[in-house]
Amino acid sequence: MLLSKARTDEFFFRGITGAFALLVIIGVVAIGVELVRESRLSIQEFGWQFWQTDTWNPVAGQFGARPFIWGTLYSSLLALLISTPIALGIAIFISELCPAWMRWPLVFLTELLAAIPSIVYGLWGIFVLVPFVRSLEVATPEWMRAIPLFSGPPLGVGMLAAALILSIMVIPFSSSVAREVLKAVPQAQREGAYALGATRWEAIRMALFYARTGIVGAVMLGFGRALGETMAVTMVIGNSPQINWSLYKPQYTMAAVIANEFTEATDDLHLHALIEIGMVLFIITLIVNMISRMFIWSMARQRKPRAAAAPPVAAKATA
Amino acid sequence: MIRDRYRRLLSHVIVGLCGLSVLVALVPLALILFYVLSQGVSSLNWAFLTRMPAPVGEPGGGMANAIVGSLIVSGLGAIFAIPIGIISGIYAAEYAGTRLANAVRFAADTLNGVPSIVIGVFAYGIAVLPFRQFSALAGGVALGIMMVPLIMRTTEELLRLVPTSLKEGALALGATRARAVFTVVLPAALPGILTGILLALARIAGETAPLLFTAFNNRYFSTDIRQPISTLTVQVYTYAIAPNEDWHRQAWAGALTLVAIVLTCSLLARIATARMEKLQRGS
Amino acid sequence: MRLRHTAAVALAAATIAGATLVAQQINGAGATFPDPIYQKWFAEYNRLKSAVQINYQPQGSGAGIKQITSRTVFFGASDQPMTPEQLQAAPGRILHFPTVLGGVVPIYNIPGVTAELKFTGPLIADIFLGKITKWNDPAIGKVNAGVNLPNTDIVVVRRADGSGTTFIFADFLAKVSPEWKQKVGVNNALQWPTGVGAKGSDGVTGQVKQTPGAIGYVELTFAIANKLSYGSVQNSAGQFVRASTESVTAAAEAAVKQMPADFRVSITNPPGNAAYPLASFTWLLLYEDAPDKKQAATMVEFVKWALTDGQKFAAPMGYAPLPKAVVDLEMKALEKVKVK
Repeated sequence: MLLSKARTDEFFFRGITGAFALLVIIGVVAIGVELVRESRLSIQEFGWQFWQTDTWNPVAGQFGARPFIWGTLYSSLLALLISTPIALGIAIFISELCPAWMRWPLVFLTELLAAIPSIVYGLWGIFVLVPFVRSLEVATPEWMRAIPLFSGPPLGVGMLAAALILSIMVIPFSSSVAREVLKAVPQAQREGAYALGATRWEAIRMALFYARTGIVGAVMLGFGRALGETMAVTMVIGNSPQINWSLYKPQYTMAAVIANEFTEATDDLHLHALIEIGMVLFIITLIVNMISRMFIWSMARQRKPRAAAAPPVAAKATA
Repeated sequence: MIRDRYRRLLSHVIVGLCGLSVLVALVPLALILFYVLSQGVSSLNWAFLTRMPAPVGEPGGGMANAIVGSLIVSGLGAIFAIPIGIISGIYAAEYAGTRLANAVRFAADTLNGVPSIVIGVFAYGIAVLPFRQFSALAGGVALGIMMVPLIMRTTEELLRLVPTSLKEGALALGATRARAVFTVVLPAALPGILTGILLALARIAGETAPLLFTAFNNRYFSTDIRQPISTLTVQVYTYAIAPNEDWHRQAWAGALTLVAIVLTCSLLARIATARMEKLQRGS
Repeated sequence: MRLRHTAAVALAAATIAGATLVAQQINGAGATFPDPIYQKWFAEYNRLKSAVQINYQPQGSGAGIKQITSRTVFFGASDQPMTPEQLQAAPGRILHFPTVLGGVVPIYNIPGVTAELKFTGPLIADIFLGKITKWNDPAIGKVNAGVNLPNTDIVVVRRADGSGTTFIFADFLAKVSPEWKQKVGVNNALQWPTGVGAKGSDGVTGQVKQTPGAIGYVELTFAIANKLSYGSVQNSAGQFVRASTESVTAAAEAAVKQMPADFRVSITNPPGNAAYPLASFTWLLLYEDAPDKKQAATMVEFVKWALTDGQKFAAPMGYAPLPKAVVDLEMKALEKVKVK
């Protein structure tokens, strides 16, 4: 009697919670399907050429996404390069180095960076960051300007401004996850390192190595955030579709072109082309998240046997 | 000996760099907050918080309807996202390792990375077009979709952190799985879950694009959820791109209000978490 | 679950209560350019008739056309007339009603130059095509004798977001430069041969102000509101005209003779000595036969007011009022809208 009730209860519990989980999955799949459906005109018209052409001409009805894919990837990778050392530095400082009373306020402050709306970042970008970048560009010596990386007229808006604003926006995400990951490193590991005579940095390096897959996952999460950022980027990047290594030249990202042209587009092909760009972005975000997930999972699987061996020490570490 | 000195020096340098990186991150934060404050504080007054928008050239317009609207739409989003997020998080925690759990975790992370404008377009397709009506409800759907991944992952992570001994104790006393989870494990994880919810709210508080295509906007005061509704982010955006100085100043005041609301929510989240944890540890 | 249920019931009760208190609200979406004067009109009209609340959102001309076509809003507004394909795609016949006039002006920032510059149409086209790259180019000097133009690079600043302002600008350039018409064409979003894309007129103005040697284009209303200096443009009669509400209205007057019955006409580069060449109507879009006849009747009454009493608000805000001949034609056309 008791057994069968337990079994039906279990069945309902699993069924209902599972249904909600299924709902989330269906939701994501629905978004993907809707994206494909609403871009079918463009897919039919251009096929794979869409990913390889540089033209974006709403008048002639010629659309190619390559400059936007370039702009998105370049700006996000630059943002990653700039933000990762800073985010890691913050994570290390908060989890390993700072006194306990400083922890709470610092965590709060870094999370505050994440809480600022992106339109505020965009407005600050136009009025403060862009003039600052312009003065940097004007002050660049001639010999530096000869390098293709720094070529171009000093406009202020461009890849450099976009990379800077993206890195500021990404820092809180990467650093929070990295901090959580470092917190999970068993204290026994650190104590062992100190017992062997390690300096502060060497103990940190050991912790970083132990948590390496999780750290990579944290960095990838920040990357995913940078890929999708719209408002702040479009206000400082110069919005010119071109493929160029130069940091000073204005370029264009996928999210920015959708935001700029979507409400005004009336031609069906134009609309579908914009949504196809959204689909490309969706696919790239999917791939990035897949890779970051794989890293975090392998880290989690590694943790279990060791955590079981030292529970009281682990409990002290999380406190 | 020399090698030791080098190692110690390197350690000090790295420690210094870490401290420096904290400062480097705090500098733009201070600059942005200071900038928003200086631009917005002059226009932030009681009239702003309580009056409706005024047309160009008429002073004394406000964003009262936008503040109320933002609260309503965020509330709708929360009503939509909290049950879905928590219950699917329970599944992912309880049945971790099954294919469905892995799939839902992956789906949630993907959803987290979808740009907000794409979600806005999607919500437009399912919640506005079939009814030929912009509405606060549609805005709630769009924001809710964005909140689900954060709430789900926080719930899942926190449920897993609860010591299994608690759940096993409940089961040993004869409770069903459902009862064990809902009466023992979930309450234990509640402070963290609450943080997750408040952080999700902070995340969607600053979103404009999804609301443009769903909640539309409204010059007038409205609490009807089946009608367009005004929100702070859309109103700030509309004013920011307009030609007049007066509207610009109001846009900054609106941005300041928004940042203040998000700040307060984050602060409350931290305080609530700390207090709950203290209570739990004490008992 | 239960909590969600009670919350849903409570919310439903609140909204029903809220719905009974709200006056008749009509929703519209469309162009950002006329937003300031439309909001003024709706507020003034609401003062006259408190039961009428018109909620207009400046989401863009394209959005306006899209929304009215899918009937998610009752009326639309656009800086460019709907194309035959767009009209075909709508579920019913959509009528265009010009409400007010606007102009587009060239703004620039040249170090050391405070004089008002003169531009010819082909000159502007060549600058924006990237063919003329320096301010001391002889072509610019020819029409600006006596102005000391420096050897600075020209930085072209244009709109990144699709906009009616771009449409008017491109429409004019296509008429005066065959090369522009062939290479770039006319639309609210273009493949620009050169230049930096700024977001919104605000972005264009900001970029031009910050960049020595920059040239851009913004709406006249924007230039007036922000006290920007702008150049004059040569019209088809050969006169260099500075944009103002009078010269923009003169552009519309010249077009009245060839006004089509549906008012879908471009008035850039019109005939007339005093006409400003970069002028355009902005239109309100209404269904001829909308399902909600009450809202249709309200809108018709409003448009009649806007075309008569409302026009007095235009000039102080930088918009040019419609010439009387156009208003007369529109009053007759309004009778086509079915209100019963």
